[in-house]
Amino acid sequence: MTPAAPGFELVQRESGAVLVLRGDWVVAAPPPSLEEVLLALRDAAPVHLALDCAALGQWDSVLLATLRGCRAWCGEAGAAFDPGNTPAPALRLLALSDAVVPHRRAAEPRAAALRRLLAGEPLRAAFAGFLSACAFVGELLIALSRLLTGRARMRMVDLLWFVQQAGPRALGIVTLISVLVGMILAYLGSVQLQQLGAQVYVADLVALGMVREMAPLMTAVIMAGRTGAAYAAQLGTMQTREEIDAIETLGISPMEFLVLPRMLALVLVMPMLCVYSDVLGMLGGAPVAMAMDVTWGQYLAGAQEAVTLTHIATGVAKSIAFGVLIGAAGCRAGLLCGRSSEAVGQATTTAVVRAIVWLVVADAAFNIVYQRLGI
Amino acid sequence: MDAPREHIRVSGLEMRYGSRVIQSGLDFAVMRGDIFVIMGGSGCGKSTLLKHMIGLYEPASGEVLYNGTSYQRCDGEARAAMRQRWGITYQSGGLFSAMTLAENVALPLTQYTSLDPRSVRELVAYKLALVGLAGFEEYYPSEISGGMQKRAGLARAIALDPEILFFDEPSAGLDPVSSRLLDELILQMREALGVTVVIVTHELASIFAIASNSVYLDAETRTMLDTGDPRELLLSSPHAAVRRFLGRGAAPGVSS
Repeated sequence: MTPAAPGFELVQRESGAVLVLRGDWVVAAPPPSLEEVLLALRDAAPVHLALDCAALGQWDSVLLATLRGCRAWCGEAGAAFDPGNTPAPALRLLALSDAVVPHRRAAEPRAAALRRLLAGEPLRAAFAGFLSACAFVGELLIALSRLLTGRARMRMVDLLWFVQQAGPRALGIVTLISVLVGMILAYLGSVQLQQLGAQVYVADLVALGMVREMAPLMTAVIMAGRTGAAYAAQLGTMQTREEIDAIETLGISPMEFLVLPRMLALVLVMPMLCVYSDVLGMLGGAPVAMAMDVTWGQYLAGAQEAVTLTHIATGVAKSIAFGVLIGAAGCRAGLLCGRSSEAVGQATTTAVVRAIVWLVVADAAFNIVYQRLGI
Repeated sequence: MDAPREHIRVSGLEMRYGSRVIQSGLDFAVMRGDIFVIMGGSGCGKSTLLKHMIGLYEPASGEVLYNGTSYQRCDGEARAAMRQRWGITYQSGGLFSAMTLAENVALPLTQYTSLDPRSVRELVAYKLALVGLAGFEEYYPSEISGGMQKRAGLARAIALDPEILFFDEPSAGLDPVSSRLLDELILQMREALGVTVVIVTHELASIFAIASNSVYLDAETRTMLDTGDPRELLLSSPHAAVRRFLGRGAAPGVSS
């Protein structure tokens, strides 16, 4: 059976206007749009509208949508609506959709929004955010003190698991990035130094550059994208699945149980990754230096002479601070996550962006302090 | 074209997770216009069976036939055409959280039909009103309760007037009144649009109110024990477990 072409006609009979529906009104072969029907109604402006479905073939929801549209129009225009010989099942389905009174959303008037803006609402929100960040730090310190006195409910297994995730599992990417950054530093320096005939000093440059600056910063950026984002996504998903609610109602502090092992793992692992990156960066610079007629012995001796324990310590101190920042950014974004899948995505973005901003700011602050201290 | 009476047939189905057999030897038919209930105790594989029927999981062996055509033997395009005629509601709604309810319901309509925007808007309003969510068009899923999310999921499932509706635990998380309204809605849709309904549930009130056919999966023997009208099964199933389940622990005709 081929579907009969759907159509409608608005005719005037003595009883009033009649909307005659013809053919199959099904979604698969779209009938005349509701807009057209309403336009015809507006033109005719009847005071009484009846339906004639004698020539109607198959129908589905699209017919019901049209009926609802017409009925709503009649309601607004003050016209009477008579379903006439509309199929009984369609009327029943229509009635079913009327069973519940439509909900009205309380709309906020624009003036109210402006008033809130003028009353300093955004400023207050920013201040509240600052307070909650302070509260986070405070709770973290309390959790840490409980850990030190042996009262925290942190599971050792969790700590080891996160150390494994953040440390050994990250070695591959840290290796790659460190070697390449070492090479880049060597290229950058050797081109300039060659003009002075001082390419021997490329070793100093690579060694100091890696140890003081690049190794801590690059490992931190990798960990912010790798581990900080993972923390935010884990805790955010736990929030949406009500796992964090469950932990709290069991009387366990999420700070001790969830945040502490993650933060500690990062703080433990970051200095080690930093030192590992120091060594690999220097190795990465070596082939470049050799291409500039610096021998392996010269390179090694130069690096050894340039780097003192103080230099290494400055870099390691930075990386410990960076570990705290990344962990805090990731965990806080995860704990504050909303309860939808989109919110988890936002939490992850927030964690990474915030971590990287804090990293660079902290790095600048460290360098100013080091410069003042003369180290 | 006269559609065959038998709408869905599950034939020799075996389901596994890895090497663990969940259920095997499943053989039953769902007739056109049936309200078919998959029942059984917790953890017996009811939801897994549903996921096999809608093609989310591949069976270890056996097949599911729709109108006599095996879903498992179809290629991608034929499968997509079959899936378009199904409406599926998931246990927790399965709504897209980045879209409003109206956008959620409109998605299948704009994807698969050439309806104009005004008609789509009216259709969406109608579908939402049908599940008791009139006026909630501009809400995001995270702004409404779990029961409402479930009903919005149903509105999306029925957007395209499916031939078969699959429900995974529809009444879990609904209050008794909404649960009854949902039963009513299922019955009306069956009557008005001739849909076949497949429901996973252990809500006895709902089973006896609407089911015309059912299958009972047993967790211990890992197979189906019986299939048929639950009212008849309660009285005359040869399996005590089925009668006990339907009689809420008290099996008629069995002295314990």
